[in-house]
Amino acid sequence: MPMSNRNFLFALIAVFAISACSSTPEDTTADDTMAADTTTDYSSPDDDVSGGAMGGDYGAQQEMTDPALQERVVYFDFDKANIRPDAVATLQAHAQYLSENPGAQLRVEGHADERGTREYNMALGERRAKAVASFLAANGASASQLEIISYGEERPVALGHDEAAWSQNRRSELNYTAEAP
Amino acid sequence: MIKRLLLMSWLALCATGLRAELIIEITEGITDATSIAIVPFAWSGPRLPEDVATIVAADLHRSGQFAPLERSKMLSLPSRQDQVFYRDWQSKTNGAEYLVIGRLGRTDDGKYRVDYELFDVFQQRKVNSWFATGGDLRALAHHVSDVLYQELTGIRGAFSTKMLYVTMEYLQEPGAGPSKQRYRLYMADVDGHNDRILMESSEPILSPSWAPNGRHITYVSFKSTRPAIYIRDTKTGAEKQITNFRGLNGAPRFSPDGRQMAMVLSKDGNPEIYTMDLRSGKLRRITNHYAIDTEPTWAPDGQSLIFTSERGGSPQIYRQYLDSGKVERLTFEGSYNARPALTPDGRFLAMVHRNNGVFHIAVKDLVRGTFNVLTRTQLDESPSIAPNASMIIYATMENNRGVLAAVSLDGRVKVKLPSRVGNVREPAWSPYL
Repeated sequence: MPMSNRNFLFALIAVFAISACSSTPEDTTADDTMAADTTTDYSSPDDDVSGGAMGGDYGAQQEMTDPALQERVVYFDFDKANIRPDAVATLQAHAQYLSENPGAQLRVEGHADERGTREYNMALGERRAKAVASFLAANGASASQLEIISYGEERPVALGHDEAAWSQNRRSELNYTAEAP
Repeated sequence: MIKRLLLMSWLALCATGLRAELIIEITEGITDATSIAIVPFAWSGPRLPEDVATIVAADLHRSGQFAPLERSKMLSLPSRQDQVFYRDWQSKTNGAEYLVIGRLGRTDDGKYRVDYELFDVFQQRKVNSWFATGGDLRALAHHVSDVLYQELTGIRGAFSTKMLYVTMEYLQEPGAGPSKQRYRLYMADVDGHNDRILMESSEPILSPSWAPNGRHITYVSFKSTRPAIYIRDTKTGAEKQITNFRGLNGAPRFSPDGRQMAMVLSKDGNPEIYTMDLRSGKLRRITNHYAIDTEPTWAPDGQSLIFTSERGGSPQIYRQYLDSGKVERLTFEGSYNARPALTPDGRFLAMVHRNNGVFHIAVKDLVRGTFNVLTRTQLDESPSIAPNASMIIYATMENNRGVLAAVSLDGRVKVKLPSRVGNVREPAWSPYL
């Protein structure tokens, strides 16, 4: 089973949890558990509470709340390294998490499909990882939190030699090496 | 061109009883291949571990230029000149244009000695005779093949050379969790025998190639969890890491004089080609372009580097002269040409060429400008040229597995090297040894 399916499942569970939480009464006090409070906040991306008033405790709660943060893979078009619209929400969530958790360290992996030569695909994978890192940096992550590495076509997640497999393999993976959400 | 799948060489190789990871099949030979009879070499003694005549026949057969006569069709089995009767070899069905006979013996110091003779059946004359000594029967047989090939074609044989290749096995299905792979770097004779694992890693190994001395090799390994370039002595197993830069450390290639290494580094922002002086470790940046520049290879005179660049909008092959910095584009055919390899005379450029979404091996004659697509297999990559420019070995895909194949420079001969293990890739043909 491709990893993205599993992640999708996680996302579904997370979304379910959030909708369950958001139906809890609104009368929680400031002294109440952070969990209940922040879950509600995160169910709505426009919520101004996300400004960071709750300081260091933010990271701990965010992990259960933002489905986009659970997504750790973004995909690319053939021979391209530009961030696709379907990757923006995921990357914005990670950028925000990184900016709010200065101790978090992220290893951005770039991958290519099997077509074309191996070293060229190493370069293409690096370009993808860099595109992701640049996006994260532009959205609040610090360069010192980001490490990039290209695996070229060496680590496919989908076997097979057709577009279905290739589209899964043209990707960038976000792997936290410290303070993962 | 006749499609033939000759079982003979396959059976012959298996009959030796030696384990070989790669088995060779001729998938396409030339119709006017020279017929040649390699008669079993005489030997009085206990059964030998190898059949020299069979190995010679398999070598010549694999070149695609020779059609060895099956042993069962030989009407006589001479091993001395006075036992040769030309009429035995002149029949249309059981005959051959050339005849090779020989005798094996032992030298005083315990080595093998082979004496062998070549006859021209049509002209009914002895062409030449030779002898050689050596401790290893397979090596001795490849030497005999080299000598015969040179005598009959005028081109030095490359049967005594070796190759490197990488295998990759999934220890766990991809996508089912963290990646679990086993990479192995192999060195083997070019007929697939005497394969030996040089290194093994759960992290990627790629881009192996030879030093001109035929002893040291270079490659990229991710074993430190990041890519780095290494040099290894295949005799002692000693390994030395020569780069550890941020970003890409890739595509290393020794210069023809063995003093420098061309490589790709992205430490200054994006993939550029550098040369490193191997004594001082000093780097010189060769390319300077925001596009991808990669896969450098040296011109035989060491004066220029040939490489892949997408500076023109799609990957194409360029040449940059090291003294003047002058750049010229070498390929214009289609939208994807990459991974250049030059023949030792610098005239022919082999590459990976994409046509209608399919990747083939192609050759461009840099003197006449002609461009030839050589293969019909798919996802072909990593062309590496024999030191005598007779064949190009490359990696391709068969039944969803990476396998090695070879094709002659004119595309007329095709050879398959199916493997019993994992995915085989990244072949690198050694220089003359």
